Amino acid sequence: MSTMPAPRPQRRNTIKVLRWSLPLAVFAVIVAFLFVGLFRDPREVPSPLIDKPAPAFSLVKLHKPDERLTNADMRGQVWLLNVWASWCVSCRVEHPLLVDLSRANIVPVIGLAYKDKPEDGLAWLASNGDPYRMSIVDRDGRVGIDFGVYGVPETFVIDKQGIIRYKQIGPLTVDALDKTILPLVRQLQRS
Amino acid sequence: MRVLLAALWLAAMPALADDALDARLKSLEAQLRCLVCQNQTLAESEAPLAADLRNEVRELAQSGKSDDDIRAYLVARYGDFVLYKPPVKPVTYLLWFGPFVMLATGLVVWLLVLRRRGMMKPEENEPLGLPANTGASVDVARARELLDD
Repeated sequence: MSTMPAPRPQRRNTIKVLRWSLPLAVFAVIVAFLFVGLFRDPREVPSPLIDKPAPAFSLVKLHKPDERLTNADMRGQVWLLNVWASWCVSCRVEHPLLVDLSRANIVPVIGLAYKDKPEDGLAWLASNGDPYRMSIVDRDGRVGIDFGVYGVPETFVIDKQGIIRYKQIGPLTVDALDKTILPLVRQLQRS
Repeated sequence: MRVLLAALWLAAMPALADDALDARLKSLEAQLRCLVCQNQTLAESEAPLAADLRNEVRELAQSGKSDDDIRAYLVARYGDFVLYKPPVKPVTYLLWFGPFVMLATGLVVWLLVLRRRGMMKPEENEPLGLPANTGASVDVARARELLDD
């Protein structure tokens, strides 16, 4: 059939080794990807707003409806924006942590009452405790959309220049606070 | 009569425009992902956020924004994940071209194997575990034939 010389024995050995090692390597890579995938939460979509200026807002205060809060009012300090609602079940889970945090007086937390009736929000804070420096009312959820909110609760870390540095999707946890958020807050406060 | 027709025509105009807008929004929303129920489009989802975003998209469209503007508006807030069709850029090269690379690799390997088998002398087929002139070489010949067609 052919006049080509047979492959040299050495090359044949390499091919022999490749025959089982190559598929095994491919398999190992696939397993590695799937394994890492087991521990990732598909609901946590990375926000494009990280390291970008916080969207501009001007919202009335929950407790003083005739006053407004804007981004400019928070310039010069590191602060947390916590998106919550009285209808939000997992907000109850993180709420004690926020209360503790407010007692520790490390960083001001502004509450964004997301798509909530002001009277419901006020009642909820009255019965669960109010950890917020102040809450602002996003009745129609527009500011929420600007912040890319899709799963209440969410918490944003915003630096002195008004730039979003971190976003926690879902309830705060002791772990997230101690290992990520508070170290970041301290670092931002120093800078 | 003419006045009546004109009046009818004028009355129908906004409705026609609305239909066109509805059709446009429907196809646009079918390409956008609802962040709350991630495997549903914005058009299908009944999540409150999806309803808000549909309103937002409608208002943007009515204010004269193009489909691309609207997509950019949502991507700026929620990331590329809102698009069912991810954009082609360096981080998505693997996603877009990986399957083709794999297909090409497979083809190359397959052709190499075919060539090697075809070119080997019968006794050298032994290391491959393929006795000469049996199934495998017949198959190779057949594959050749089919490929040459």
